Amino acid sequence: MSVTATDVAVLDGAPPPAAPTRRARLRFLRGGKTRTGLILLAFFVLLAVAGPWLAPHDPDAMSDQLLQPPSGGHWFGTTHTGQDVFSQILVGTRGVLVVGLLAAVIATALSVLVGVSAGFLGGAVDEILSALSNIFLVLPGLPLIIIVASFVPETGDIVIAVAIALTSWAWGARILRAQTLSLRRRDYVEAARATGESTPRIILFEILPNLTAVIASGFVGTVIFAVLTEITLAFIGVADISHWNWGTVLFWAQSNQALAQGAWWWFVPAGLCIALLGTALALINFGIDEFVNPRLRTATGSSRKMKMRVGFTPVARKSTGDGPREHSSKEPRP
Amino acid sequence: MSAEPVLTISGLNVDYGTDAGAVHALRDIDLTLNRGEVLGLAGESGSGKSTLAYAVTRLLSPPGVITGGEVHYHRPGGDRVDILSLAPRRLRAFRWQELSIVFQGAMNSLNPVHTVHSQLTDVLAAHRPELRKRQRTERAVELLGLVGISADRLAAYPHQLSGGMRQRVMIAMALALEPEIVIMDEPTTALDVVMQRQILRRLVQLRRQLDFSVVFITHDISLLIEFSDRIAIMYGGRIVEQAGAAEIYRDPRHPYSDGLLHSFPALHGPRRELTGIPGSPPHLSAMPTGCAFHPRCGKAFDPCAGRVPLLAPPADGPGRAVACHLHS
Amino acid sequence: MKYVLQRLAFYAVTAWAAITINFLIPRLMPGDPVQALLSRYQGQLDTKAIDSLKALFGLDEQQSMWQQYTDYWAHLLDGDLGLSFTFFPTPVSEVIGQSLPWTLALVGTTTLISFVLGTGIGVYSGWKRGSWLDSLLPVTTFISSIPYFWLGLVAIALFAEKWSLFPNSGGYDNALVPAFDWPFISSALYHAVLPGVTIVLSAVAGWILGMRNMMVTVSSEDYVMVAQAKGLSERRVMFGYAARNAVLPNISGFALSLGFIVGGTLLVEMVFTYPGIGFQLLQAVGGKDYPLMQGVFLIITLSVLAANLLADLVYAALDPRTRKEA
Repeated sequence: MSVTATDVAVLDGAPPPAAPTRRARLRFLRGGKTRTGLILLAFFVLLAVAGPWLAPHDPDAMSDQLLQPPSGGHWFGTTHTGQDVFSQILVGTRGVLVVGLLAAVIATALSVLVGVSAGFLGGAVDEILSALSNIFLVLPGLPLIIIVASFVPETGDIVIAVAIALTSWAWGARILRAQTLSLRRRDYVEAARATGESTPRIILFEILPNLTAVIASGFVGTVIFAVLTEITLAFIGVADISHWNWGTVLFWAQSNQALAQGAWWWFVPAGLCIALLGTALALINFGIDEFVNPRLRTATGSSRKMKMRVGFTPVARKSTGDGPREHSSKEPRP
Repeated sequence: MSAEPVLTISGLNVDYGTDAGAVHALRDIDLTLNRGEVLGLAGESGSGKSTLAYAVTRLLSPPGVITGGEVHYHRPGGDRVDILSLAPRRLRAFRWQELSIVFQGAMNSLNPVHTVHSQLTDVLAAHRPELRKRQRTERAVELLGLVGISADRLAAYPHQLSGGMRQRVMIAMALALEPEIVIMDEPTTALDVVMQRQILRRLVQLRRQLDFSVVFITHDISLLIEFSDRIAIMYGGRIVEQAGAAEIYRDPRHPYSDGLLHSFPALHGPRRELTGIPGSPPHLSAMPTGCAFHPRCGKAFDPCAGRVPLLAPPADGPGRAVACHLHS
Repeated sequence: MKYVLQRLAFYAVTAWAAITINFLIPRLMPGDPVQALLSRYQGQLDTKAIDSLKALFGLDEQQSMWQQYTDYWAHLLDGDLGLSFTFFPTPVSEVIGQSLPWTLALVGTTTLISFVLGTGIGVYSGWKRGSWLDSLLPVTTFISSIPYFWLGLVAIALFAEKWSLFPNSGGYDNALVPAFDWPFISSALYHAVLPGVTIVLSAVAGWILGMRNMMVTVSSEDYVMVAQAKGLSERRVMFGYAARNAVLPNISGFALSLGFIVGGTLLVEMVFTYPGIGFQLLQAVGGKDYPLMQGVFLIITLSVLAANLLADLVYAALDPRTRKEA
C-alpha cells in the first residue's frame, strides 16, 4: 500500500479542495487514466451481471476432458475433473464484485461515521475515536480476519464482507478526520455554527459535500483491499469454497497440484483478472487523487514536446525573427 | 544618479502551458533595473509581478514557459550575460551569486528538516568551495548579525523561529554571496505592520551598506512609494506605467495607478480618499480585448476596447512611460 | 522524547487491545469449536494442558468474565499459549518459537529492501517527472495490483517447475540439520531467493507510486524553489531538499501499511511452504488448530507493533519537528 495523495494533503495540513463546481467535478472523468479504469471496471461489472448466462458450461460440471490446455471448446482449459475454467471465472466474477462492493460500502460508512464525528466533535470523542482507528490501522488485518472467519461456522459472502469491512475502515476514517478538522475551521462552517445551524445539518450540507472526493477515493481503495482479501481467504480455504469466485478457482488449482502438473491455465487467468480489476480501480483512484491534488496532474500532450524541468523554466521563443542572440562569452564569476 | 543598467528585460513573454490552452502570463515586458536603485513592482494579485520575478532567473515551475524576449545581466565591468541562454551549469553558478531572491511567505521558504546553519552554509559551500567549514560558519554568524539575530539561533530549526525571524533569516541568506541584485517578492506580507517596517528599514540600511540593487514586489503601493526609487505598475501581464516613485505618487497617469493609490492609506503626506478600484482583476485565461483594464476603467473611451495601448513616454513627461490611450 | 513516550503509550494500548480482541473472539463466536477439539483429544491431554486451554478459550462456564480475563492474562504472562493440535502435543509457544526467526528474516529483509528500493526509484521518477520513466507507471500499477501469493505461484511455475532454477518449497534442504554452518546458511539463502524476490516485486511497486507522488508534491514547495534559486547542485536539491522531506510521509505510511504487507507476505510463505509463522497459520487454519491460530495472531501483532515503533523512532530522528523545542 502506498501513501496516497489524499493522505499527503492531510499530512501537509493543506486545505482540501473547495466545493468544486459541477463541471470541475466531472473533469476527472476526462483523464485518460480514469477513462481506462472506468472502461475496465464496466467490463467486469458486465461480467458480474451476465457471467452466469455467458458461461459456456456449468462451472461444476465434470467432463472426460481432464486437465486440457486452452482450446476452442475450453478457452481457459479444464481442471483435473474436466471442469471448464473459463466458466468458473465468468461465474466467479459476481462473488468477487459483490463482496468487494459490500465490504467497501460498510467500511466507507463506518469511516465516514467515525472520521467525521471525530473531526467535527473534537475533544474526548475525537481522542477516543482517533485512538480506536489508529489501533485498527496497525493491527494486521488479514490474520485477524482469518481467525474471525475460522471461528464462524458459516462463512458465506456476507460474513466475509462484514469481516473485511470491520478491519478496513480505519484508513479512511483517519483521512476523513483530518479533512473534517481543516474544514471545520473554514469561515463558512464557522458562520453556519454562529448562526445556530444544527450540527447534523452542518455536517450534511457544509462538510460532507466537500469530502466527496476523499470519500470516493477511500471507497475505491477499500474495494481493492476487499477484493484482494476475499480472494486470499478463498485461496487458503477459510471462505466458503463451494461458492465460485476467482480465489476458489485458485484454491482448487493449488490443492490439486496444478503447478506441479504444469497446468498454468488453471491459475493464470484468475490472477490476471484480479490484477486487471485492481489496476482498473487503482487508475480510477489516480484520477480522483489528481483531482484532489492538482500538483499530481501530468501536463497533457505538450509535455512530451518540451522538457519541463523543476527549477529550469524552458525557453521556447516562438518568433523566428529574434535575430542572432549572443551567448555570454564570459564565465560567471567563480 | 547615473543610470547604469544592471538588469535589462526586453520583450519578455511567458505562457502557462503550451498548446491551445496556454494562457499568457507576461506580455512584452520591457524593464530596466539600474545599478543601486530600488525598483518597485506593483499590481493586484494575478497581474504577473511574481511571474516576472521568477521568469528572470528561469525559476517558474511547470507548466510555465518563456516564449520570447531577452533578459540580460550587466556585470560591473560592462560585460553582458544572456540569462535565458545559460546552460544549466552556468545558470546555477549565476543564481544567488549575482541575483538572489527573498521569497514571499517565509513560512515555507525554509526547509523544515534542516537547521538555519545548514541552510545558510550550503549556499556558501556550493558557490565558494574554497571556504573551509569554520569559515562558512563564521560567515553564517556574520550574516545573522546583519539582520539582528544572535548566533545561538544557528542551530535552530525553522519551526523554532517566529515568522519575523524566519523572514530575516531569508534576507540574511539572500545576502550571503553579496549579490548585485536582490529580488524581494512580497517579503513582509505575512508579517504585522510593525515588524514589516522594522525589516524594511533594516533592508534599506543594508542596501546602502552593501550596495546592491533591489526589485521590490508588493501589492501595497504605499510601501513602494516609501521605499523605492522607481515604480513599475503591472496589470494583466503588462507593465502599464513606469515612473519615479514621487512622480507616481503626485501624478499617476494611468487610471489603474490612480486606482491603486486610492486603495491603500498613505502613511505620510496628505490624506487621500480611499476609493479602491471597482470590479476584480481579470483572469489570465479571459483577458479583455484592447487595454485589459478598460472594463474597470472610469475613463475608458472608444479605442480602449479595440487596441492595446503601447508603453510610451507621455507627451509632457519624458523620463516616464505609460500605456494608456488617454496619453498617446 | 515526549513524542517517543507518546508512541510507546499508544503501542501499549494497542497491544492490550489486540490481546483483548484475542480473548473475546472465541467467547463471542457461536458454537464451541475448542470444546469439540478437547473432547476429541480426551485422554491424551494432561490436566495442566486442559486447564490452560480452558483458561485461554473460556470453556469454564462457571467463571465470571472478569475472572476469565485475569486468568487469561496470567497464562499469557507465563508464556503459555496452550497446546497446538496440529503438532500435538507441542506447546504453541514452541511451534512459534521455531518458525518466527524464519519469518523475521524473510519478511524483515524483503520489506526493508522493497521499501528502500521503491523509495529510491520513486524519488528519481518523481524528480524526473515527464521523462521516459513515466511510461513505466502503468506497469507499476499493474504489478502493485497482483496479489503476492499469485505472483508466488507464477514464480514457482516458471523458476522451480519449468526451469528448475530454484527449489519450489521449504526453507532449507531437508537433508541438512539446522545449524550455524555454511552448508545450512547457503541452503537457507538459496531457498529464500524465490519467495524473497516475489515479496520484493509485489511490494516495491506500491512504494514507487507513493514516493513518486510525494516527490511531485514536495517539488512544488517553496523551499525547493529556494534551493534552486540558491544555485545548489542538482543532487543537493533533489536529495537534501525534495527527497528528504518527501520521505517523511512515506515512513509514516510504511508504519501504517506494515499490517497489510505482513498479511501479504504470510501468503507467500504459504505458497512456498516456507517454515515461517505464515505457513503455520495456514496449517492451523486447515487443522482447525485454534490455539495455534490465536498464538500466531498475537505474535504477528506484537511484531508489527515493534516494527511500527522502530519506524516511529526513525521518523523522530528524521523530522526535527517531533523533537522538543530547544
